[in-house]
Amino acid sequence: MAIFSVYVVNKAGGLIYQYDNYVPRTEVEKTFSFPLDLVLKIHDEKVVVSFGQRDGIRVGHALLSINGVDVNGKYTAEGKEIQEYLKDPANYPVSIKFGRQRLSSNEKLMLASMFHSLFAIGSQLSPEVGSSGIEMLETDMFKLHCFQTLTGIKFIVLADPRQSGIDALLRKIYEIYSDFALKNPFYSLEMPIRCELFDQNLKMALEIAEKAGTFGPGS
Amino acid sequence: MTVHNFYIFDRNGSCLHYSEWNRKKQAGISKEEEFKLMYGMLFSIRSFISKMSPLDMKDGFLAFQTSRYKLHYYETPTGIKLVMNTDLGVPNCRDTLQQIYSTLYVEYIVKNPLCVLGESLQSDLFNTKLDSFIRALPFFSVRAA
Repeated sequence: MAIFSVYVVNKAGGLIYQYDNYVPRTEVEKTFSFPLDLVLKIHDEKVVVSFGQRDGIRVGHALLSINGVDVNGKYTAEGKEIQEYLKDPANYPVSIKFGRQRLSSNEKLMLASMFHSLFAIGSQLSPEVGSSGIEMLETDMFKLHCFQTLTGIKFIVLADPRQSGIDALLRKIYEIYSDFALKNPFYSLEMPIRCELFDQNLKMALEIAEKAGTFGPGS
Repeated sequence: MTVHNFYIFDRNGSCLHYSEWNRKKQAGISKEEEFKLMYGMLFSIRSFISKMSPLDMKDGFLAFQTSRYKLHYYETPTGIKLVMNTDLGVPNCRDTLQQIYSTLYVEYIVKNPLCVLGESLQSDLFNTKLDSFIRALPFFSVRAA
């Protein structure tokens, strides 16, 4: 039971705060001999498995490191192209680590704005009158909860599907936002949140929520 | 507890079938535009969750809910997407959508030599069977106007 991450999106759809609480790392390291039986392709400046799923290495996993040294996009740490490196039988046996790609901060910005639009479309396509946007999105691996305030700020929480009490957590995050970001005289509205007290209190609230406690009036 | 409407899309984005039972509010745009918007939204949601997901996904996007309705989604490996909008009281109906696909779509459309796959479904038998199936669902009840 875990809360994976928290995103805060402003009125215009821009990401103003992001925190990764718990990111499960799925990484598999294996030693390979020539020829490599996985098919790799370049996708988004990274080397990604496109065919040959086996032993925990799935399609879509990115190549993270070769022989223990982290790769740099589609080049090794020394600057050689990975595809060329792996075609040369002299470099084998080689130990490669594959895993799920981490999101860069640019990608997080893009995804937050994408969700902002999807939220609005969910409201527009509603068969019922007076519907809000997407409040909860369910997949088999995570549940995304969203709370939109009256001023248009969205608080988005990604959590385990079995985690309960997220509605209370979203209201609590709104309270923390208004106490430590809005009341901060150096914070400008709609701008990225860089307030230490906001970070600290958010972490404490997430810990309480994970333990499935309730928020008392004093917390 | 009720079912509002139901869409079937193919892998290219064309809407094969649409029916509604209890829809209170139209989208304010033409039906074609609404189908395109719905398909576009589902495509974007699928791409969004494949990037956001902290772990590798098996089934993918299941459903979303707003303050008034819940959208259930089921996609077959061939790219046929079944989408059902219901009200909030309905629990997970992925099995229902799977049943609609296997007992209605496969039986009356795929096995029908006159139905051309990829075009809007013209089978009256399919329409009537689907209608009676939806009305027979335990969570369907026609609301008093």
